[in-house]
Amino acid sequence: MIGMISLAKRIKTIIESIGHRVVDSIWRLGCATRFVLLVLLKSMPGFLRFHLITREIYFAGVLSLIIILVSGLFVGMVLGLQGYETLQKFGSESAVGTLVALSLVRELGPVIAALLFASRAGSAMTAEIGLMKATEQLAAMGMMAVDPIARIVAPRFWGGVFSMPLLAAMFSVMGVFGGYLVTVVFIGVDEGSFWSQMQSSVDFRYDIVNGVIKSCFFGVVITAIAVFEGFDAPPTAEGVSGATTRTVVTSSLAILGLDFVLTAFMFRGVS
Amino acid sequence: MQRTMMDFWVGLFVMAGIGALLILGLKVGNLADFQPEGSYVLVGNFENIGGLKVRAPVKSAGVVVGRVMDIQFSVQTYDAVVTMKVDTRYQFPKDTFASILTSGLLGEQYIGLLPGGDEEMLTNGEKIMKTNSAIVLEDMIGRFLFDKASEKKNSDPEI
Repeated sequence: MIGMISLAKRIKTIIESIGHRVVDSIWRLGCATRFVLLVLLKSMPGFLRFHLITREIYFAGVLSLIIILVSGLFVGMVLGLQGYETLQKFGSESAVGTLVALSLVRELGPVIAALLFASRAGSAMTAEIGLMKATEQLAAMGMMAVDPIARIVAPRFWGGVFSMPLLAAMFSVMGVFGGYLVTVVFIGVDEGSFWSQMQSSVDFRYDIVNGVIKSCFFGVVITAIAVFEGFDAPPTAEGVSGATTRTVVTSSLAILGLDFVLTAFMFRGVS
Repeated sequence: MQRTMMDFWVGLFVMAGIGALLILGLKVGNLADFQPEGSYVLVGNFENIGGLKVRAPVKSAGVVVGRVMDIQFSVQTYDAVVTMKVDTRYQFPKDTFASILTSGLLGEQYIGLLPGGDEEMLTNGEKIMKTNSAIVLEDMIGRFLFDKASEKKNSDPEI
């Protein structure tokens, strides 16, 4: 009888802890949504003093350039090499341009650029805001009647949102160039058919614009997660490090999940 | 870092990004063969369109002159109604022949326009009267096997 009661109690605590976690995460999600809305509401001063946003574009965009360009080049080179290996078995190695361009413009460009951007710029954003909070700079700003969301968070958000599509486009261009380098220059696929097959099968509206839309979505998601985690971080060394890790993990998962949803809406097998 | 220096780099970055988008549109995509002159619409009824898809090219003498816009099934005539958009630079006579062809043995299907000799030209929204269905490989193989079998039967008594 007593064993039964203790068993029931244990089950009750397990159910309670599950419920607690679910309620907690939903509460956090609501917090994040309201925070993002607040950032959007308070972003007008940042636009009026545009040099604040320029500074963030420099830190999020320009400083991410090297990693984006180099990875784009290598991803394109690998795609060209692997695509050639497979297509050459069917005697259609001139279609390698189509393969490289379509996979880069539709998927790999936005997704890999976003993953790199999340780990390069998103984590830096979280760490910076979190450390500002830990050293009570945000509180000091509030004391001086300077709104930290308008002054610190909103410019970072817009800087990231603005940089992401540009970085993704550059990634795709570098990838196509890498594919060209490997297949045409090194292996010797015919240059004319490489470009003409690519141009005949890549549609501007359908493929390129959809890729850009994807990267815009990713930019919003990454920077929203990064600034929220930074602002929400417990003001300790451990809290900031945990928030930085969470930014990279959450935004990477969000990118991949969102990519599937967007692809399902954009490319529904109509070709 | 000085503010002017930062502005310079950000300006360069934005220009490079827009340049990358332009390269994607012009060199990688098909924005270069975008025709500002506009286009007109032609309609054709086909008995069987095979594997024709929306956005497939419309070619004449091998040159792409337009694209397939829409494919519908008509319950009045029980055939496929294919709507295509053709560049206004290319006008076709009224007795133009439209047939669904395949590029290569297993390539994509497209509509081939073979101009006739009529004086009058097709206008916007007009129907192409002479159409030719797609060749369905399975039908052809079936017919071939059937012919072979009947050939054997005919030649059997002579042995």
